[in-house]
Amino acid sequence: MATSLALAMGAATGALAQNGEPVKVGFVYVGPVNDGGWSQHHHEAAVKLKEHFGDAVELIEQESVPEGPDAERVLTQMALTGADIIFATSFGYMDQVESVAAKFPNVKFEHATGFKSGPNFANYSARFYEGRAVMGTIAGMMTETDKIGYLASFPIPEVIRGINSTYIHAKKVNPDVEIRVVWLNTWYDPAKEADATQALIEQGVDVVLAHTDSTAPLATLEKSGGYGFGQAADMAQYAPAPRLSSIIDDWAPYYEERVQAVMDGSWETAATWSGIADGMVGIGAFSDAMPEEVKAAAQEVMDSIVDGSYHPFTGPLNKQDGTPWLAEGEVADDGALAGMSFYLEGVTGEIPN
Amino acid sequence: MDISLINLIPLLMAASTPILLAGLGELVVEKSGVLNLGVEGMMITGAITGFMAAVATGSPTLGFLGGAAGGAALALVFGALTQGLMSNQVATGLALTLFGLGLSALLGQAFVGLKPPVTPDLPIPGLSQLPVIGPMFFDHDLMVYFSLFAVAAVWAFLRYSRPGLILRAVGENHAAAHALGYKVTRIRLMAILFGGAMAGLGGAYLSLVRVPQWTEGMTAGAGWIALALVVFAAWRPFPLLIGAYLFGGITVLQLNMQAAGVNVPVELLSMSPYLVTILVLVVMSAAGAAAGAPGSLGRPFHASR
Repeated sequence: MATSLALAMGAATGALAQNGEPVKVGFVYVGPVNDGGWSQHHHEAAVKLKEHFGDAVELIEQESVPEGPDAERVLTQMALTGADIIFATSFGYMDQVESVAAKFPNVKFEHATGFKSGPNFANYSARFYEGRAVMGTIAGMMTETDKIGYLASFPIPEVIRGINSTYIHAKKVNPDVEIRVVWLNTWYDPAKEADATQALIEQGVDVVLAHTDSTAPLATLEKSGGYGFGQAADMAQYAPAPRLSSIIDDWAPYYEERVQAVMDGSWETAATWSGIADGMVGIGAFSDAMPEEVKAAAQEVMDSIVDGSYHPFTGPLNKQDGTPWLAEGEVADDGALAGMSFYLEGVTGEIPN
Repeated sequence: MDISLINLIPLLMAASTPILLAGLGELVVEKSGVLNLGVEGMMITGAITGFMAAVATGSPTLGFLGGAAGGAALALVFGALTQGLMSNQVATGLALTLFGLGLSALLGQAFVGLKPPVTPDLPIPGLSQLPVIGPMFFDHDLMVYFSLFAVAAVWAFLRYSRPGLILRAVGENHAAAHALGYKVTRIRLMAILFGGAMAGLGGAYLSLVRVPQWTEGMTAGAGWIALALVVFAAWRPFPLLIGAYLFGGITVLQLNMQAAGVNVPVELLSMSPYLVTILVLVVMSAAGAAAGAPGSLGRPFHASR
């Protein structure tokens, strides 16, 4: 009953959209829209989308939606209120999007950072590991204790790629470097992020990279000393120190393109994965706390990624246990990267299951 | 491995102070026979009102007072609803949490990205100079000392003072206390206000010292931990202190162990704070006197009945 009702509604709104009625665009966020990081940047892209299309689109946003079963309720609710396209902006919504997409074939679903898809279910992500290559280079050169720290959220390929990319690029410029990974099992818990940053500092780490969503790590670094990076957002309020540079997510062009496709009736499922060259991953201004040679080295890595002459995962690279992964000169293919579930040689510790 | 108690103890005390303060407040509230499930809401409200006061005045001390006032103000809403209008305590408490989260997000809009004034450490003269012990125990900020003082004060108040005895009587059997001529509703309201102020202080400690910044939803469940600790500590202040320090301590320890690269499965480390705290407190309350919940806990009181 609910399904047929939704079908009727979906068909109705589809028809209305062609008659000049606004396209309803739904956004689901894992954190609050003012977290200063990940969710805020998706929200800002949604606001830009609205500015771009004006009255032709109507936004439906839902913030602080936990990953897991509750997301299914929120997604269903959005589909029932007539959303034409829904962007689910966190990895942990993947199974819920899959299940809701099957129930509402006329609604388009877009899932960020996942790897599943379907006829009305596309996924999109950014090649953050390219940004991590630049940050890793900076971290490797800036550390004086030869220890860099990494706040990891959940053991998903996205995060593991970031750790690996950071480490191998830090190692390239500083052969003595060690990486200390702390798993937090959350995307957003400022107090825990702050405590973990403090713990890393106590263990002699002096450069911390974060794969969580708040600005708490930078606030802690500012208080206790050490360097860090903006994550998802520029976090320029912490420049020139502790924030050295940042990985900035720019989703707005993608959102505009996909909503335009819905308006034109040309939307098709896709698996989009864009990097620095396409502008989906932005690198924040290098701060003046970085010496010129560090800026130059970081710029060089970035330029070589943009012009395609260098791929961050280029062999020879071994897995953590020493077994070969990529031979000399071999470049990782997207399939292998999308499912990356192992550390590279030199990273210590174990990935939780 | 490079984990020393000298590093760990100060981190542990800072990490535990918010839940200790909030738990202590709730302990008094529950001893008076009221179950306020809105600790999380009062904490987050205290986090933002404290942050606002500190940023506006530039004084961390006024910030903490602002946090206590914010928490108490929200508690007053709870008190008016449950004691005045006899609403259901469980439902009202849950609503208070939701309300507090929303209200704090609204109040905090203009305060995202600001930096609060630094709360100074107050080394205790003489004692802080002691080797090893000094930096571990006597070189903290004001709120850490205050929280320890508050544990002792609440314990002494409940155990040895006449008002404390009356408060417990109200919590154990409000009809009997009423028959003896005590103002049950008024006493409970005061306990609720105290609980709110303490939760607000705990929240302000998060936004002013531990993180230090305002971000929405930054308590991230600390209020619920505080509530659980009160039950597991069997409504006694010193076990509550042990529980809070155990929880905070193991949280910090597991983060430090990960940071130090100790080869223990992360899953085990992540669940250890919950597991160990519950185990220890259960064993303690089983070994001690059978201290059950206050007899009138959660039951509404009306003088005509």
